[in-house]
Amino acid sequence: MTSSGHALVEVAGIEKRFGTTRALRGVDLSIGTGQCLGLVGRNGAGKSTLVSILSGLSEPDAGTVRFGGEPAPRVGDIERWREWIAAVFQHSMIVPHLSVAENVFLGGGPALVSWRAMRRRTRGIMADWGFDIAPETPCRELSVEQLQIVEIVRALARGAKCVLLDEPTAALERQAILRLFDRVRQLTDAGVAVLYISHHLEEVFEICQNVAVLRDGELVLAAPTASLSKDDLVAAMVGGVRSAAPQASGAEHRAAAGPATATGPATATGPATATAAGLEAEAAPRREVVLAVDGLMSDSARGRLSGVSLRVHAGEVVGVTGLLSAGVATIGRVIAGAEASTGGEVSLRGRRIPPGRRAAAQRAGIGYIPEDRRAEGFVALLGVAENTTMTITRQLANRFGLLRPRGRAAAAAPLTSRLSLVSSGPAQPVSELSGGNQQKVTVARTLAHHPSLIVAITPTRGVDVASKELLLRSLADVAASSGAGVLLCTDELSDLAICDRVIAVVRGEVFTEFDRPPFDRDELILATEGIAGTADAAAAPYGAAGPEETARGAAQ
Amino acid sequence: MISRQAPQGPVEAAVTPGGKETSWGPGGAVASWVRGLNVNVLREVALLPVLILLIVVGTVVSPAFLTVSNFAGIGEQSSALGVVVVGESLILLIGGMDLSLESTYGLAPMVAAWLIVPVAAYGAGTDLSPYLGILVLLAVGAAVGLINGLLIVKGRLNGFIVTLGMTIVLAGLQNGIVKAQSLFNLPTAFGYLGSASIGQLPVSLIVAAVIFILTGLFLRYHRAGRAIYAVGGNPAAARAAGIKVERVKIGVYVTGSVLAAIGGLMEAGRVSAVTGQQGYGEGIIFSVFAAAVIGGVSLKGGRGNMIGAASGVILLGIVGDILDLANVSNYWIEAIDGAVILFALVLARIVGGESTAEER
Repeated sequence: MTSSGHALVEVAGIEKRFGTTRALRGVDLSIGTGQCLGLVGRNGAGKSTLVSILSGLSEPDAGTVRFGGEPAPRVGDIERWREWIAAVFQHSMIVPHLSVAENVFLGGGPALVSWRAMRRRTRGIMADWGFDIAPETPCRELSVEQLQIVEIVRALARGAKCVLLDEPTAALERQAILRLFDRVRQLTDAGVAVLYISHHLEEVFEICQNVAVLRDGELVLAAPTASLSKDDLVAAMVGGVRSAAPQASGAEHRAAAGPATATGPATATGPATATAAGLEAEAAPRREVVLAVDGLMSDSARGRLSGVSLRVHAGEVVGVTGLLSAGVATIGRVIAGAEASTGGEVSLRGRRIPPGRRAAAQRAGIGYIPEDRRAEGFVALLGVAENTTMTITRQLANRFGLLRPRGRAAAAAPLTSRLSLVSSGPAQPVSELSGGNQQKVTVARTLAHHPSLIVAITPTRGVDVASKELLLRSLADVAASSGAGVLLCTDELSDLAICDRVIAVVRGEVFTEFDRPPFDRDELILATEGIAGTADAAAAPYGAAGPEETARGAAQ
Repeated sequence: MISRQAPQGPVEAAVTPGGKETSWGPGGAVASWVRGLNVNVLREVALLPVLILLIVVGTVVSPAFLTVSNFAGIGEQSSALGVVVVGESLILLIGGMDLSLESTYGLAPMVAAWLIVPVAAYGAGTDLSPYLGILVLLAVGAAVGLINGLLIVKGRLNGFIVTLGMTIVLAGLQNGIVKAQSLFNLPTAFGYLGSASIGQLPVSLIVAAVIFILTGLFLRYHRAGRAIYAVGGNPAAARAAGIKVERVKIGVYVTGSVLAAIGGLMEAGRVSAVTGQQGYGEGIIFSVFAAAVIGGVSLKGGRGNMIGAASGVILLGIVGDILDLANVSNYWIEAIDGAVILFALVLARIVGGESTAEER
């Protein structure tokens, strides 16, 4: 294998520019056998570019890539490249109509395909690593987690000595994430190097021995994880511009949000708005119920609901959390009208909302920030302004139904500037924006129609730390300044910091409710697992899962 | 689902665990083969009930229907179309489309015949040997496919508009080189493929069947065949897996056009002439797409197979035959033909479930 003295993967002086942007400026990096190296950085820091260079899909303008001391194969000679390093990309590189075995051997193997041998080898690798997916299953029938396993098996089948995981937890629920961590440790124990790219610093601390931080195309930090604190990492990523720590409690958030709100349109529900900051809000008179949900039922594939009831008051941010399969997303989708229910009632300010009709729900005043922004959040080929104002075309159009691009841009401008959305102009297609900015378009689109309730489902997924805070703060702002209610459905516990109240959902039912921020992370975790009471176990973010908890997860 | 095991110490032979025969003897292999077969068979014979229904209808309509000679006739008439359907199916599988196959189907035999027949019969005067003529025919097909492929893949132009433009260019050439004349008196060797028979079996039917079977085996068992499915199913994944996506695509466009040229040769042999109408003038492309789609080849790429495509061709052949036997008036035959094809699409969708449908 690797000749001693050389790192398994070594890059030196990597430069890459796209037009005038220098995506990478002289990056040096090395990964040793059996090591797990975390690579973090904000959106646009150059991670994706480095990933595509490391996986042999694009060529650096300068610098070298070496594997085990030898120069890397020619770019484009993917087959030889894969013997060293294989990537499991953020977007699944699986051909859905083909079987597991075929996807594992995609593009490899002898000229004449022996189906039996292909299946046997797939089964063998699965068995060796303790995975259990039948080789003949069509990939379109697999879950996201299983698809990821297929991609890992693909890398192993080629004999890759380094596996590159790009945002591997983005689409996984927490139990699946724990299982992924086990797999990563299994890989490193067996001598496979892992390059782990993530937005989630907890994950990096959990499984990576070393961490490298990219900022604006430069490697600004590379050190053993144990020698760093989370704040050190955040500081390296952001470059010292930031002040507040990411784990701020709800009250702090609100306080910080206060002054920035001054320009917001102070309409509706007077008294609540004025006292939004700090704990005075608690003392405010009982506020109007904006959203009333009673006995909601659903047999959605995303998680069933069996009788969920909840209330959201004006100006209140209510979190709904739980395991992904618990129905958290379903609650949000049903309330937003994106999905029909099989029973129960949703009413907004006392008016009943017809189930499963998104357009009607929007007209009634329910804004919706969908889970999958690529699928539902925007129209990629249309411009920023057009996407932002898509919810208010009726108001913007003249009486013949005609829309002026300038009017659109004018209507979009305050929203985009409020969210610090970075684009080259109102006409820039959303497809060209970074993930964080795309999400801002989705949020802006929702804010545009002044909803009296905003339903947001995992709004910070795949968004960098700074944008994440901005997005959450802008949701809290809207609630405080306009008196709109916010229903935040997420399994991302740190997002719940902006909430006034958190509802934990277990298997489609409301399990318990926390109404006093700041919320204790461990208590939340236990509640989502269906365990009441105070927590005294697990201090680590993903619960340094004792064998007991893990077993429970597997049993579900 | 996924079995969870604690990291089990250093795993032996880390990343290349070799073929371990764990509880995976011949018995298991057969079982899984049967399982795999079941799914495929169900999907691939989706049109069988429709075919049986049509045969019953045909038998009722005319006593001449259920005869060997009638079926040989259907085979002879369908084989040219069938070969083009193989070509179009390959192109659909990579997620492309080629409207110009119908013009290649007319132009390629026209160019070949023009070089073969004497000046008196509107030939070019080169009096080419019919064998060389057939090579020319194949070359014309390959050239058209290569141009299409380069424009679409390298030039990143839209396949629909490129091949639509190509259709018209080729049809114009087809009439232009012979001043809109038809070429008759083709040499026997040139017409052999389309007109000869071995016993009751038309040679064209045998050749078409062989092309279907070879293509089907190629798609299923050859690495390049599997690459076609990967490219059509998820080009990004195929590229990341080291498949030369552009090369596969261009290769498929060339193959498709060569097959269209062969189909054209069969048709020319069958009618003993190359007319200006052959291909574009007859509008065969609708039948080509209909057969492929009825047979379950997805217009979005990545799904479909030769069994399906063949049953689509057979279905259209039987429908046409029944309409002939039922003495449907010529004025109405197109309307009825089209309506029946649309009906067959709906029926195949119902019977075949998702297999004939596009991904939604």
